[in-house]
Amino acid sequence: MALPDALLELADDHLVLGHRLSEWCGHAPMLEEDLAMPNMALDLIGTARSLYTRAGELEGKGRTEDDLAYFRGERDYRNILLVERPNNDFAQTMLRQLYFAAFMEPYWQAALDSTDDVVRGVAGKAVKEVAYHIRHAGEWVIRLGDGTEESAERMQEAVLDLHPYTGELFDEGSVEGEGALPSRAAMHGAWEATMKDIFAQALLDWPEELGQMRGGRTGQHGEQLGHMLAEMQSLARAHPGAVW
Amino acid sequence: MNAVEVAQLDARRAWEAAAAVPDPEVPCVTVADLGILRDVRIEDGAAVARVSPTYSGCPAVLAIEFAIETALRDAGFEARIERVLSPAWTTDWISAEGREKLRDYGIAPPEGGGGKRALFGEDTVTCPRCGSTDTRKLSEFGSTACKAQYQCSTCAEPFDYFKCI
Repeated sequence: MALPDALLELADDHLVLGHRLSEWCGHAPMLEEDLAMPNMALDLIGTARSLYTRAGELEGKGRTEDDLAYFRGERDYRNILLVERPNNDFAQTMLRQLYFAAFMEPYWQAALDSTDDVVRGVAGKAVKEVAYHIRHAGEWVIRLGDGTEESAERMQEAVLDLHPYTGELFDEGSVEGEGALPSRAAMHGAWEATMKDIFAQALLDWPEELGQMRGGRTGQHGEQLGHMLAEMQSLARAHPGAVW
Repeated sequence: MNAVEVAQLDARRAWEAAAAVPDPEVPCVTVADLGILRDVRIEDGAAVARVSPTYSGCPAVLAIEFAIETALRDAGFEARIERVLSPAWTTDWISAEGREKLRDYGIAPPEGGGGKRALFGEDTVTCPRCGSTDTRKLSEFGSTACKAQYQCSTCAEPFDYFKCI
């Protein structure tokens, strides 16, 4: 697998999670969250745009960021399954965010030394943005986990639902660790340390033995991704070639 | 004037035209105050402005680039914009003058340097109205990607804080 494919995987992770978060816009439980989630979504989508553009350049087939985002079907998307999981309740949304951000923070930190100029530039921005995402999602996980009986129960349910999707974060492709992109597996220690610290404060149990779900990196997605893409891509597909 | 002097004069005039463009979302400061206008060069007779986005997904990026391009054209230059991602923009690049303008406008400027902050640590943010440091965070995310919402516990004024990144 070449670098453009690996960049596409990373871009897909960011676009899909960004779009999922944006689905909360106008539906959040309070005004601050209605600002916070689209703000984080913008960070993720902005990152995805730079990565798509770079992947398209390196691929050399003339595909733009829009071609890659709007004109690939579900089976061509290479995001991990975690980021496409539906929003469900607020506990699930915030835990999904935390799982991802706690992985991306050390990843971007390592990518600051990338041999690729664009990756280095994206990392320089994203590493600071994702620190806010960890803080924000982490505070909610703690507040809900150590909250009411109901919120604690929902948070622990979210852990059981989503934890099986975290193993895929660390699966290496063929170019990770070669200079342009950091090793994914190498982030496991830092990720687990952040997560366990927050789980301890949230009074949540860390699940040790849970089966792991995989398939996103080979285009085998859950049934929800297709619905999400259909909505996300409908405008671009109804008016192909239209630009702002 | 020889050709070199003319080129230098052009470059300076182009810089001044571009540097005066206000930020569309925080119009009290210019793109030069914020440090997002990196430089303006004259290349083959055209003015090339290099611009850094503040946040990855900042919706103002396009508007800013367009405004700079327009300002350069109005000053009589052929104009081109180059987006620069690396090194990444940081609030450290906001000039001392820019910080003062933000404060006068009612936005607390970023405190201290950027860089990695301790998880769950809090900044001490000074109220731009009364100068009190007895302030509290209302929301990590504010009206634009670059700002958080704070409130002063002394004078009760709610205000925007330009986040440190």
